[in-house]
Formats: sequence, structure tokens, C-alpha cells
Amino acid sequence: MAWQFNSQEAVFVQIANRLRGDILKGLYPPDSQIPSVRHLATQAAVNPNTMQKALTCLEEEGLLYAKGTIGRFVTSDVCVLEAARERIRRDSVRNWLRQANELGISKQELIQYIQKEDENA
Amino acid sequence: MSTPVLTCTNLCKSYKGDKMVLNNLNCSFSGGKIVGLLGPNGCGKSTLIKLVCGILVPDSGEIFVCGEPRSERTNAYISYLPERTYCNNSMRVDELINYFCDFYADFDADLARKMLLDLNIDATARLRTLSKGTKEKVQLIMVMARRAKLYLLDEPIAGVDPAARDYILQTIIGSYNPEATVIITTHLIHDIEPVLDEFAFLGNDGQILLSGVADDVRAEHGKSLNELFKEVFRCYASY
Repeated sequence: MAWQFNSQEAVFVQIANRLRGDILKGLYPPDSQIPSVRHLATQAAVNPNTMQKALTCLEEEGLLYAKGTIGRFVTSDVCVLEAARERIRRDSVRNWLRQANELGISKQELIQYIQKEDENA
Repeated sequence: MSTPVLTCTNLCKSYKGDKMVLNNLNCSFSGGKIVGLLGPNGCGKSTLIKLVCGILVPDSGEIFVCGEPRSERTNAYISYLPERTYCNNSMRVDELINYFCDFYADFDADLARKMLLDLNIDATARLRTLSKGTKEKVQLIMVMARRAKLYLLDEPIAGVDPAARDYILQTIIGSYNPEATVIITTHLIHDIEPVLDEFAFLGNDGQILLSGVADDVRAEHGKSLNELFKEVFRCYASY
């Protein structure tokens, strides 16, 4: 099925986010080859140039590296992977805090809510 | 920079000398691009495409296909999907494949059969027995199975269901020759936006109002192409 995109962010940014998630979840393990641009573009139903742009982003972040003409591979550098994971965690927590702030929930209350929901889960 | 696949210079077209549909239109599209030709109803999208195919004759101006002035010869480079299907209703789908093989040297019958299979279309069925949407799919398969340099798709996804729409867009990305240019007209901008390299808005005054790279729209305007279209043509209407 074609991937879904929101209207605010550039499509290549959304693709990069999704692929980054897939890499960090281990869907594409370290040192494994990811599918070709054309294959991924067809799967996502996006223009191959857009897919290319997303992969270039991930290359610049160090998550992917190109091996000549063979294709792109996931990095085996554990530090890079862990740093990317850490960034995502930090960004999510910042999001919760911002949303809590908008709803007028103090940090103390937020922690209480989390503990309560965790007990109920 | 290689020769553009399609260039139009100072193109004018009116119907019965009355309304100017295209008024001094200039545009140029390079190879390997998927282009969305977008505009409100009656702005001349289909007229432009028909001029490029030679179905209509321009009042003035010039059209170049792959650097050559438009002629019967350049028609061999073009694979055209018209708004309405022209296939003979009494034909079977496999007969239609043979028909296309005879007509076009660049037709890939195996690719056409593969696409029919993917979309669960019975090749032995007569066109008459197929639904409107299925007929449109068959027609589009015939057009996309050619190894053309320029594909002109006039409303390729309007009549088909959302699942097949995905497949068709995937087919357009996956099967076209990377050197070729695909020009798509549609009002379903939301569906085709991720597929496009470039877009061109054709205004009611018969000229290109705005064109650019589809990927840059969100960064430059902070909205999707669909939203930009609504904004541009809303402003436009209030004058």
C-alpha cells in the first residue's frame, strides 16, 4: 500500500523519518542492505527523486552508507545508532512536556499521570 | 543540459476564433520527469495535450518533441491516454494487445499481460463486458506498456477505485523508462503529489501561472500542492 503523508512537512522528510524508525527498530539490521531507490519509491508510491533525497538525508546522518554501485547499507556503528535512538527519545519526551504544558499539567502531575496509567496498563 | 522532451513556444489556440484557450503559452519539460499539469476546469489542459499529439492544430506557435518540430514522426515518441477511451467495444483484451503490437514498435506485450494479471483483469473478456473503471485500467495499461519518450496522461486515475489508483501510480513510477517524461493532468492532486517531480498550474488566461519542483512546494509555501492549488485559484477567481 502507498504510504500516507501529512500536508505540513515535506514528503522527503516524512519518508526519512519513517525509514529512520525502521532502521532503529531493527527492521533493517546493522550492515544489511536496504532495498533500491526504485523499489522503495514504488512501494511508497513516491517519485524516485523524492526517495533519493530521503536516503541522502539518512546518509548525511551516518545511518546509511553507500557501497559503490552495489547499493546502500545500514551502518554498523553502534554509537551512531544509539545517538539516533537517543535523539528520538529526547524529542518524544520534549513533545509530551510541551503538550502537558499546553494542557496546564505541571511536571509533578505529569509524572503522577504516567505512574497511574502504567499501573492500570 | 539535454534537449527537452517537450517545448512549446508562443502557443495560441482558440476554438472557432472565439475564446482564446491557450494564449502565448510557453513551457519546456526535460527528460526523466513526472510532471503534473494542473488547472481549473476548462483552462486548456486537454487542449494543450491534444495539440502536442497533433489531434488539434494550433493557431500559432511551435511545438517541439525531443527537439524535433511536431510531426507524424514525433507521434511515434508519444504515448497518449485520452480523456475518453477509443477502443473497440467488441474486441477482447488480448486482441487489443495484438492490435497495439501491430501499431507500435515500442509496445511491450509481456509487460501489458503482467499488468493485466496484477489488476485481475481477464484477458479473454470483451471490452463491452467490462465496467467503466476496468475499461479505463485496460486503456492505461496499453498506454503505459509502450516504451515511449513522452507519456501524455489525460485524467488517468479519475474513474478507478483507490486501491487500483495506488497500483497505477506505482506502475507509472516503476515501469516508465527513466529517460521518458510523463505529463499527467488530474484534479486528484492529493493522490498524485508524492509522485510528481514538477508541477505546472495552467491559468484561465491560457498561460502557465506557476510552475516548479513539487518537493519544494511545502518548504516554500508551507502547504501541500493541493492546498496551494486551492489558494492560487481561489485568489484568481476573485479578480
